[in-house]
Amino acid sequence: MTTDTAESVASYAPSSETLSAVLTRAERPRRPSAWTASLTFGWRAILKIKHVPEQLFDVTAFPIIMTLMFTYLFGGALAGSTGEYLQFFLPGIMVTSVVMITMYTGVGLNTDIEKGVFDRFRTLPVWRPAALVGMIFGDVLRYILAATTIMVVGLILGFRPEGGFVGVIGGMALLVVFSFAFSWIWTMFGLFLRSEKSVMGVSMLVLFPLTFLSNVFVDPSTMPGWLQAFVKVNPISHLVSAIRSIMAGSPDMAEIMWTFIASAALVLIFGTLTMRLYNRK
Amino acid sequence: MTAPAIETAGLIKRFGDNTAVAGVDLTVPPGTVYGLLGPNGAGKTTVVRMLATLLRPDGGTAQVFGHDVVRQADAVRSRVSLTGQYASVDEDLTGSENLVLLARLLGHSKPQARDRAAQLLAAFGLTEAAGRQVKKYSGGMRRRIDIAASILNTPDLLFLDEPTTGLDPRSRNQVWDIVRIVVAAGTTVLLTTQYLDEADQLAGRIAVIDHGKVIAEGTPGELKSSIGAGTIHVRLRDAAQRPSAERVLAAVLGTSVQQGSDPVALTARAEAGGSDRGAAELASQALARLAEAGIVVDDFSLGQPSLDEVFLALTDRPGVPA
Repeated sequence: MTTDTAESVASYAPSSETLSAVLTRAERPRRPSAWTASLTFGWRAILKIKHVPEQLFDVTAFPIIMTLMFTYLFGGALAGSTGEYLQFFLPGIMVTSVVMITMYTGVGLNTDIEKGVFDRFRTLPVWRPAALVGMIFGDVLRYILAATTIMVVGLILGFRPEGGFVGVIGGMALLVVFSFAFSWIWTMFGLFLRSEKSVMGVSMLVLFPLTFLSNVFVDPSTMPGWLQAFVKVNPISHLVSAIRSIMAGSPDMAEIMWTFIASAALVLIFGTLTMRLYNRK
Repeated sequence: MTAPAIETAGLIKRFGDNTAVAGVDLTVPPGTVYGLLGPNGAGKTTVVRMLATLLRPDGGTAQVFGHDVVRQADAVRSRVSLTGQYASVDEDLTGSENLVLLARLLGHSKPQARDRAAQLLAAFGLTEAAGRQVKKYSGGMRRRIDIAASILNTPDLLFLDEPTTGLDPRSRNQVWDIVRIVVAAGTTVLLTTQYLDEADQLAGRIAVIDHGKVIAEGTPGELKSSIGAGTIHVRLRDAAQRPSAERVLAAVLGTSVQQGSDPVALTARAEAGGSDRGAAELASQALARLAEAGIVVDDFSLGQPSLDEVFLALTDRPGVPA
């Protein structure tokens, strides 16, 4: 490796002819559409996964551990048996795991943006949010992988969704839509906070209350009134209810609607804040 | 292209209490290499980042080919390219992937992007390394892929921020050759550097920046002649003769003589009414007197002051290292 690196440095001599030939002033191509630019940045994210496949560890191992741990920890106590609990619990742990994984978007952006390559992206005449949208597109693949992993583990453990294949795919699709929207919280923090560690710290502060103070693990009717009030407005609760209903084969339109509204609001608020920070950085 | 490539007036940038750029006025004619010369932390990179639309100025105005860098940022972006201090390519990706990615973002179709990438890799001698991750490249190769990425669409203005920092001399010469070819093809280059010889080699005009301000501006020749007519460098055979040689030179030249760190070297400024001819006459007199005094001189030269000396005279401290 080192010797051929040295060789190619030594043997290279900039040639006026070949270089002038590539320095053409031909008409420039039209700037790409917002969609093409975002997809191109998404391709970058996929290439990064291809070169560093270890980064998929946290979207496969982590969800498996979460599912096994909570199923066997709470199953017997809360529902009498792990099999019973799984019917209630699997959609919820899928949401919890994937929503927790969304924070890596912020961590990744925070480390990525410090490198010179973002300077180049930001001097390109393309649709401004494309670099970030593309990054989240890449993350969406990770969400799909995580959700699929949990579903497979669940099916092996005995989860039997009545909505069948269509119900499972529908539920996962809704989760991916919500996670895409939720990721914009992390792009904001990724740009706003100074280090990777602080992004992690803040994300724990947001994610633990949001996922645990919900209807993921237990039925909220046993909780004190003030907590029920929070659980009721928590978007994660609506998302979990919606996914449970879809996977059970009887979609609850109101809950699905709520999830879409929450997703749109997340993109609108945090997407805007992210872009303000991105333009100013 | 009648508008200047770059025109700034009273450009200011503050970071908290620290004023990084404190009112910079620049006019860069198109088709030239313009050098921003200064020590670390002088504000060079901040100026470049404002011109490249990466930072918003806190005061003053800046135009690139007549487009305002804040209000017409997209028009500016379509005409400039930036090669930053740190590799402005994705180190996890291969050289080829980087170029295809950027070509796609510039609007090339997939096959066009692949063709263009292959063309540039070949022109920069990187065809063999095309499939390797950039983080495995040597410093010189990294710079080349970086510059190649900057000319995917031939820019009208190229920012090169300390392009040779950390490179070995061979790679540095390669970068210099590339810069000369790029300029010959009609691109304006704004080069920041803390190496005086680099600015001297490449730049048609130089602005010397210190503490966020331009403290001198002109061609390399103008800057040098503003300091003095010329400098005499003497190397003696015998270090023991240095004190007497110093006395002889001081008497002939009428200026103070500096002893270099090299025990046989002496340097003196020749200022004879500011004209070069006078300086040459003084130098020949000095050489004759040294011979008369029986001092053996191995090397004797009269040169323009180096930019090092220019910098020392302008800032009262050495330019490198800062």
